[in-house]
Amino acid sequence: MELDALFLARLQFAFTVAFHIIFPTFTIGLAAFIATLMIRWHWTKRDYLYQLARFWTKIFAVSFAMGVVSGIVLSYQFGTNWSEFSHRAGNIIGPLLGYEVLTAFFLEATFLGILLFGWNRFPPKLHITAAILVAVGTSLSAFWILAANSWMHTPTGHVMKDGIASPVDWWAIIFNPSFPYRFSHMFTAAFLTTSLVVLAVGARYLMARVYIEEAKTMIRMGLGMVAILAPLQLIIGDMHGLNTLEHQPAKIAAMEAHWDGSKPGALVLFALPNQAEERNDYEISIPRGASWVLRHDPDGLFPGLKDFKPEDRPPVTPVFFAFRAMVGIGLLMIAIGFVGAWLWYRGRLFESRWYLGFVQHCWPLGFIAILAGWWVTETGRQPWLVQGILRTADGVSPIGLTTVLTSLILFVLVYSSVFSVGIYYINRLIAKGPQPSIISGDETAPGVPSRPLSGATGAAREATTESGQ
Amino acid sequence: MGDMTYWLPVVWAAILVVAVAAYVILDGFDLGLGILFPFYKTEEHRDVMMNTVAPFWDGNETWLVLGGVGVLVAFPMAYAIIMPAVYLPIIIMLLALIFRGVAFEFRWVAKPDHHSVWDVAFAGGSIVATFAQGVVLGGILQGITVENNAFAGGALDWLRPFPIFIGLALIAGYALLGATWLLMRTEGEVASRAREQAKALLPIVLVAMGIVSLWTPLATEHVAEVWFSWPNILYLSPVPILTAFAAWICWRSLVTGDELTPFIATIALFMLGLIGLGISNIPYLVPPSITFWQAAAPPESQIFTLVGVMIMLPLILGYTIFNYWTFRGKVRPGEGYH
Ligand code: HDD
Ligand code: HEM
Ligand code: HEM
Repeated sequence: MELDALFLARLQFAFTVAFHIIFPTFTIGLAAFIATLMIRWHWTKRDYLYQLARFWTKIFAVSFAMGVVSGIVLSYQFGTNWSEFSHRAGNIIGPLLGYEVLTAFFLEATFLGILLFGWNRFPPKLHITAAILVAVGTSLSAFWILAANSWMHTPTGHVMKDGIASPVDWWAIIFNPSFPYRFSHMFTAAFLTTSLVVLAVGARYLMARVYIEEAKTMIRMGLGMVAILAPLQLIIGDMHGLNTLEHQPAKIAAMEAHWDGSKPGALVLFALPNQAEERNDYEISIPRGASWVLRHDPDGLFPGLKDFKPEDRPPVTPVFFAFRAMVGIGLLMIAIGFVGAWLWYRGRLFESRWYLGFVQHCWPLGFIAILAGWWVTETGRQPWLVQGILRTADGVSPIGLTTVLTSLILFVLVYSSVFSVGIYYINRLIAKGPQPSIISGDETAPGVPSRPLSGATGAAREATTESGQ
Repeated sequence: MGDMTYWLPVVWAAILVVAVAAYVILDGFDLGLGILFPFYKTEEHRDVMMNTVAPFWDGNETWLVLGGVGVLVAFPMAYAIIMPAVYLPIIIMLLALIFRGVAFEFRWVAKPDHHSVWDVAFAGGSIVATFAQGVVLGGILQGITVENNAFAGGALDWLRPFPIFIGLALIAGYALLGATWLLMRTEGEVASRAREQAKALLPIVLVAMGIVSLWTPLATEHVAEVWFSWPNILYLSPVPILTAFAAWICWRSLVTGDELTPFIATIALFMLGLIGLGISNIPYLVPPSITFWQAAAPPESQIFTLVGVMIMLPLILGYTIFNYWTFRGKVRPGEGYH
């Protein structure tokens, strides 16, 4: 009974946070992309840059709204479902979230209005500044929330009094051992994801031979980012893993499905980890490979799962497979970047329809890798909620099974309907493409408000009706 | 040290009051406008209504996040007690806010094959979220069962007449804020209808405030003691007197055709109501057992975040005002960005 309410609470948190993270992932990168487009437009005055910026801003608005409403749920869920966690870790987590609200949420939420409504209405300098501030806000948000999350993985800078964590050194709390790696890895992941979406949309238009100028710009900008960031992500990820080995060795053992710490670890390519019998079934592996990756020495040793008491081990199978999904996608992204860059260098990028035809379908890769990555990190921390300090089972609220079940059902119903419709609308906006009809009139008659009332409404209606066809 | 553990929680309580007041005013008129939405039938009127708040709603809602997180920062124990106690109304509020929030974007991108679904989501979300907020407030005010510093009541403790009444009263209150906001920000038919609505809503809100003012002292002893003991009754008499005065100003300005004063007077009504509730419950954060000193986070946590508040709050207020100023003036048809 107790355990069931706990399980449902975990399921509910995993479900809501997984939905939430999809949107920030996209908006962090997109905000920066839009700001860049607007600055480039301001310098070059090329119309298609303006149209591109405006086009992506609409998609941004839809995604941002979903990010906001799903995020508010999360911040309240700390209290509703994880009240013991809030009580025991609140002295640390609270202030970090507090700084996120103060420095990031207000900034992005306020300047969003000017960004969305500023076209042709406010001076370009103000409008571009708003775009930059929104981008800064999204990045600051990631900074603070990842500091909070990283502290839960590698807590430092606090003392425990009667089971309650109290801060001692805020610098040590914020810049805890895993924070630099988690922040750079997640931040890069967000940019990679957005770049891949931009690249895929560009490829899609070019394949359909529409919006040629816009499509080429998107492909160049998206591909450039992927080609640089994907290999960088491999390096950061590797460093992240080495850091985890130092602080959360049980997680690494689960990621590598490594049971026996007295022997060098194999790099397991495939296996079905068998938790009951403490071994891998159907294993295909490169002997000593993991030791080489993690210790840079084929004879190097690192702890295996058997070195931990069974009740201190994370669930192996999900961590193991999610990790392979993420790294697999990471390698695929490197390939996409490399091949694309080579074609670009040879001047054949826009003619290589086999390549464009492939990348146009690659837009979901980043989202999947991010969900997989979080799955590794969070599940790999189990059974701890705050590593070594607070077990997940001790963090939950004193709430009955029916109550949690009711809310979980409501969340599943609302999220799957509302957010799928949102994603459908985003798809439709992308299918529609940048709309040149909107800009042309505005350039000569700046300031929509000054238009005659009925005329403006009529024109707007016409424009939407036309484009809807 | 002794001094600090006394003053810091007081300062934090004041910050929370500011956050709650800002939220109630700002998201109050957003939600109120959603509550009134069904009474405006044409697409054009609805577009205009939404555009009066579309650039602000996200910032307005952020005060709700600050309020919640503020309790976690300064009074983690109270956060851990209150949230499970009002679990279901909080979840309902969050879900309703989802519908209300996405409707701002979805309603536009769904055009031209306009789905009235998002109109319903906007109005329904606003009404349900408001009601749930009232229930949460009422649920806290009526008292929470606490044992060993943790919530020890039942899942449906909030399902009593008093919280339900507060929920309904808040719907009328936010609707009044919404109507006076519309009166200020629009013109023509929308504005004149809003004026009529405000006139109808003001008496309802006043009656509701009166009922709450009698209900709380009658139901809770410590509240009765605060208000009706001598000489408190003398010191506190300005609160009801000022409330009556604000109501009178509001009514007069509605009748004389003023556009700005009704909104300001409504805000004053809300602030006086908030002050009244504050006076009733000081020094309890979780009535009737936990004071804000008992629930306070250690000074290290409170000071660290207080520094951030001192630096950031003026900045936030500054750019929020800038944002409203940038979009000042009447909203006319066809002024969206889509
Ligand atoms: C600041 C805190 C924080 C942040 C930024 C994240 N998480 Fe987390 N996560 C938690 C705090 C947390 C938690 C409160 O600690 C949970 C709830 C129950 C638990 O075991 O840990 C958790 C559990 C949890 C679980 C269930 C693990 C299990 O119970 O076996 C999953 C799959 C995720 N999270 C996924 C994510 C994703 C996709 C995130 C991307 C944003 C994410 N987490 C960010
Ligand atoms: C589980 C922990 C999390 C909580 C409690 C949380 C909380 C929130 C809240 C309350 C909002 C809405 C703020 C507003 O009103 O504008 C929000 C939005 C946002 N969150 Fe989270 N969040 C979490 C995880 C994350 C992570 C891991 C990231 C990034 C790496 C992130 C990045 C953002 C961003 C960028 C926004 C702005 C909205 C958007 O861009 O879609 N959040 N979050
Ligand atoms: C290319 C090779 C990659 C390697 C070696 C790698 C490595 C890692 C490791 C070791 C972790 C676990 C960190 C922990 O201990 O908690 C992790 C987490 C994560 N990874 Fe990767 N990663 C790679 C690619 C990617 C890609 C392509 C993405 C997304 C676009 C991604 C997104 C994430 C996310 C979101 C997390 C969870 C947050 C965190 O802990 O940083 N990774 N990665």
